[in-house]
Amino acid sequence: MPILALDNVSKKFGALAVADRISFEVPQGQALGIIGPNGAGKSTLFNLVTGNLAVDAGSIAFAGQDVTRLRAMRRCAMGIGRTFQIPQPFGKLTVFENLLVAAAFGANEQEADATERCAAILEETGLARQANRVAGSLSLLERKRLELARALATDPKLLLLDEIAGGLTEGECGQLVETIRAIHARGVTVIWIEHVLHALTPVVDRLLVLHFGRVIGIGDPREMMESEAVREIYLGIEI
Amino acid sequence: MRDALLIFHRLSRLAGVSQMTGILDTIAQGVLLGGLYALFAAGLSLVFGIMRLVNLAHGDLIVLAAFLILMLVTALGLSPFVAVLVAAPAMFAAGWLLQYHVLNRTLGDDILPPLLVTFGLSIVIQNALLEGFSADSRRIPAGGTLETASLALGPISVGVMPLLTFVSAVAVIVLLNRLFYATALGRAFRATSDDPVTAGLMGIEPRRVFATATGIAMVVVTIAALYLGTRANFDPTIGPARLIYAFEAVIIGGLGSLWGTLAGGIIIGVAQTLGAAVNPEWQILAGHVAFLVVLVFKPRGLFPRAHD
Repeated sequence: MPILALDNVSKKFGALAVADRISFEVPQGQALGIIGPNGAGKSTLFNLVTGNLAVDAGSIAFAGQDVTRLRAMRRCAMGIGRTFQIPQPFGKLTVFENLLVAAAFGANEQEADATERCAAILEETGLARQANRVAGSLSLLERKRLELARALATDPKLLLLDEIAGGLTEGECGQLVETIRAIHARGVTVIWIEHVLHALTPVVDRLLVLHFGRVIGIGDPREMMESEAVREIYLGIEI
Repeated sequence: MRDALLIFHRLSRLAGVSQMTGILDTIAQGVLLGGLYALFAAGLSLVFGIMRLVNLAHGDLIVLAAFLILMLVTALGLSPFVAVLVAAPAMFAAGWLLQYHVLNRTLGDDILPPLLVTFGLSIVIQNALLEGFSADSRRIPAGGTLETASLALGPISVGVMPLLTFVSAVAVIVLLNRLFYATALGRAFRATSDDPVTAGLMGIEPRRVFATATGIAMVVVTIAALYLGTRANFDPTIGPARLIYAFEAVIIGGLGSLWGTLAGGIIIGVAQTLGAAVNPEWQILAGHVAFLVVLVFKPRGLFPRAHD
């Protein structure tokens, strides 16, 4: 049974179709990469999966259960965690409090259990020394790490990463990729939207290409990168 | 403390002991009155701090709670301190339902809908109370000698009820601060206040969090109503004036700052008692003037939170 299944999901903003009959499945434990030019509807797709946006048509199933009409908080409690392209920490809370909120409400954990697990997540994501800093004062890399850490604190079965490597230096990007690789190795299913393709392709098992809200290909990352359709979309861009 | 006593001693020699004692007594009464205003303001500050909602019916809700306590005291013969324990859960439920079913629908980028709806609610509460209880002034009997009891503190004496009011205000603010910064619910309040959409993605339901916040604010309103009703006469139309004192205390303290609210209440209280000492007609005016003076020099209040 796939952990996530989209069936003919569509969404329009006015006359613009940002998701056009999108269908695909993600088996449990797999890492799926999503690429596409700006405006292809990648982040919108995440918003539809997490419940931030309601679909106009089609259905979304998570772990075999139809979640199309469920609210975002219910989907989070079921195990869908996400990060944002532009980090959105709770700026007035400390780093540790950001995680505690996610663990208490997203994973429904008691304070004592949450404290221990959140401390381990901070260690894993390299934020342990920043635990008591106010999240609003973090650097970009630290904010990206916090996005990841907070999503992990919700104890997700499916982790949606939205351009988490964007804006980072080569070294920072490498560290983050290693962390994501370790999370995936623990059995967490990952769907990762990314423009930094050299970070994405070594981690993902399959690659999905979106263009104008439509899926134009899904399959082996190397084959997808070499396909005619992808080369056409990225015409003139070195990929 | 030693310095304060020394200054008091020197000033006493200059101004005469009885005159200095009078000034100290006036200031002490003002500080204690500030506790009542802080109680009026704490609920307003809590709701504004979490959801940026200005509740224009806040004063009328205090009066409503005072009538509820009065009913429980007169109908069941309860002590007002027991009646408040019965009234508080009822007010919590009323606040929760009001927020969940009505006020949540008004929240958004436009600040006008909550203002209009709570203004309408204020009119509804006032008229309902006028229909139910008439325009007669009422007072909640505190029972026994509590209303007139006083304690000698050095050269001055303070009433037990005003002292209880002030202690309650400090206790409420300590508890609210503890709730905010040391509990999961408090973190949910702060996270939702920061970004309700992202909070939803972390498993928090903002509508329920807001409703719980208003419920807690209504418990504070009930405590404020207890002291309003036992210390002074009240009638269905005095809500808006209590709202103004609450607003002034919140703004002087800095929007959303609970300790600032206590400081704001004390400043208004002291200004009012000093004004009344000069001329009884100046009591209310002096409070408003103090508010304006603070606003001129500290437009964001004395203890503003980080820029929102």
